[in-house]
Amino acid sequence: MNETTLEVPYEIEVEAHNPVEPFLRMDRMPHIWCPGCGIGTTVNCFTRALLDSKANLDKVAIVSGIGCTGRVAGYARLDSFHTTHGRAIPFATGLKLANPELQVVVYSGDGDLFAIGGNHFIHAARRNMDLKVICVNNLTYAMTGGQTAPTTPGQVISATSPYGVFEPAFNLVALAEAAGASYVARWTTFHVKQLARSMEEVLKKKGFCFIEVLSPCPTLYQRRNKMGDGLDTMKFYKQVSKVRHGAPTSECALTKSGQIVVGKFVDRDRPGYFELLREQMSESLGERYAEPEVVCSEC
Amino acid sequence: MHADPKGVLTGVHFLDGDHACCEGTLAAGARFSAGYPITPSTEVVERFAARIPTVGGIFIQMEDELAASIAIQGAVWGGAKAFTVTSGPGFSLMMEHLGYASMTETPCVFVNVQRGGPSTGLPTLPAQADMMQARWGSHGDYGIIALCPNSPQECFDLTVTAFNLAEEFRVPVMMMLDECVGHMTEKVVIPEAEQIQITPRRYTKRPAGDFRLYEPQADQVPDMVRAGEGYRFHVTGLTHDDRGYPSMNVDTQDRHVRRLQDKLKPLAGPRALFEAQNLDDAEVVVVSYGITSRVAQRAIQLARQQGIRAGKFRLISAWPFPESWIAELAGRVKAFVVPELNLGQMVHEVARAASGKTKVVPVSHAGGSVHAPETILRAIVEAVR
Repeated sequence: MNETTLEVPYEIEVEAHNPVEPFLRMDRMPHIWCPGCGIGTTVNCFTRALLDSKANLDKVAIVSGIGCTGRVAGYARLDSFHTTHGRAIPFATGLKLANPELQVVVYSGDGDLFAIGGNHFIHAARRNMDLKVICVNNLTYAMTGGQTAPTTPGQVISATSPYGVFEPAFNLVALAEAAGASYVARWTTFHVKQLARSMEEVLKKKGFCFIEVLSPCPTLYQRRNKMGDGLDTMKFYKQVSKVRHGAPTSECALTKSGQIVVGKFVDRDRPGYFELLREQMSESLGERYAEPEVVCSEC
Repeated sequence: MHADPKGVLTGVHFLDGDHACCEGTLAAGARFSAGYPITPSTEVVERFAARIPTVGGIFIQMEDELAASIAIQGAVWGGAKAFTVTSGPGFSLMMEHLGYASMTETPCVFVNVQRGGPSTGLPTLPAQADMMQARWGSHGDYGIIALCPNSPQECFDLTVTAFNLAEEFRVPVMMMLDECVGHMTEKVVIPEAEQIQITPRRYTKRPAGDFRLYEPQADQVPDMVRAGEGYRFHVTGLTHDDRGYPSMNVDTQDRHVRRLQDKLKPLAGPRALFEAQNLDDAEVVVVSYGITSRVAQRAIQLARQQGIRAGKFRLISAWPFPESWIAELAGRVKAFVVPELNLGQMVHEVARAASGKTKVVPVSHAGGSVHAPETILRAIVEAVR
């Protein structure tokens, strides 16, 4: 047998790229999030959802408030707005109303959206404003050092509840449903496939959509409560989560170590803000009604 | 460019200041407003809510003033000209977003129809006690523009100017009405659309990839883009570099924050807006603004009848303060008399600009009505004695 050598007439260059890179501002890496933090996982799911939804990324805008999750807007390679504490939703409302062809995503934390921004959340849901709200819920104020949030479950130790939280916490999915959201789901950062699918779903759905994502804060929440690190939290999520699509949201409240009900709870069609506006104005004004032309490319 | 005729109610009207202000927003090209009801300013947005569906635009009544003052900024970045309207307590709530608009250089207009304060104060009665709040009410160092109309006609004219300045300097502009001017009804002439000059947004001509959202141009003001055009830009209230990316260090902070003030310097000097009368021979000058300037007008007449050479300097752009003009006058008059419906606000600016070269006499009034002309006259007489 003659020995033959395989000759390759060209050089092989191997360059590895994460498929989500085009969706991120790589010139801003490394990001500020801690090891074991779940926010990056949710961003990964979001970029997958953008990819799978085949959305025109020039027409997707992302708006954040303040806090750890508030930094998401700054890393997304989209038209992005890092606004003031709690006010991402009203900023997004103005952006959407002025320029309805934009797909406007609000990406913020539980303290931002439900304490200081709680009023804006319920009113945007009431209006069924066409916004996709993603709330990364780490059950604490992480950026400022792990203080009690309106989502922090009872018994938990926090920087401002050194003897344990005794105030009842909000059940975010029940709140969203009661206020009028068209779509309500909850996942954890363990449920990456399901979360990405939910995100893709809301990118295609009209109206006010809400996704709550439970996410670890190993630095401030888990450590202080002796709940281990990021990996331990994944195991915890896996162990205590139960998928119950369509579960009554009133039965989905969270506790410190009890069951986490996940799934899609609400998916309904309510008329949106623009539909209602058009209907009312046309009825009242007839021919005199002029369609909003808010964007002026000349001026 | 000139105004879009769709929004211009050309003609001779009998309007109150609030309604005239609303017509000014429409003539200026505002097609978005977010508001929250508060006396004595609500008539501005009530009229806008009635007018805008036939012009083609959006009015939304938000859940509070915090929401209203940030919704307009979302609308601006979406491509709209936008404004909000409020009064004292609401203005306090809007301070957060006055800061955001300054920091992010978002062109927009805040209308404040001033009433007596502090707190709930005198909801239906006039004051001019938010002048320092307009300048300094948000935390940190920044610059804003504030205009003070003294008639319904000026409520129209200056609202158009406010939008134009907002666009030119990429800055929030305050329209500082007071309850009297807001509720006073007079003749208002609205010209033909082609006679109303409009400053277009300074949209960049550079393509995406070759554009930096916060790169100052020759006039220290950066050009702009709007969402949805493929620029994939970032806006943040954090201290940011030319790209708009957070950059929290001493150098960037110094460069950025100084520029926010420095870009407005032309308005403190050559481009200051004011009305001057009888300054050439004046031995005493009354510095006033808004409704108080109309009371001062009578006091100046009475003083002249008594042989006192009184002159008038009416602030139209109160911020930036026209300090070079006041400094020049300070070198040749015996006194400035400064009546205002507060316990002394702009008078401190007059004193600062006068820099000890002449006497500065405050004529304070806690609000609830206007001065009696005789009160101002008395101050004039005493000032030159």
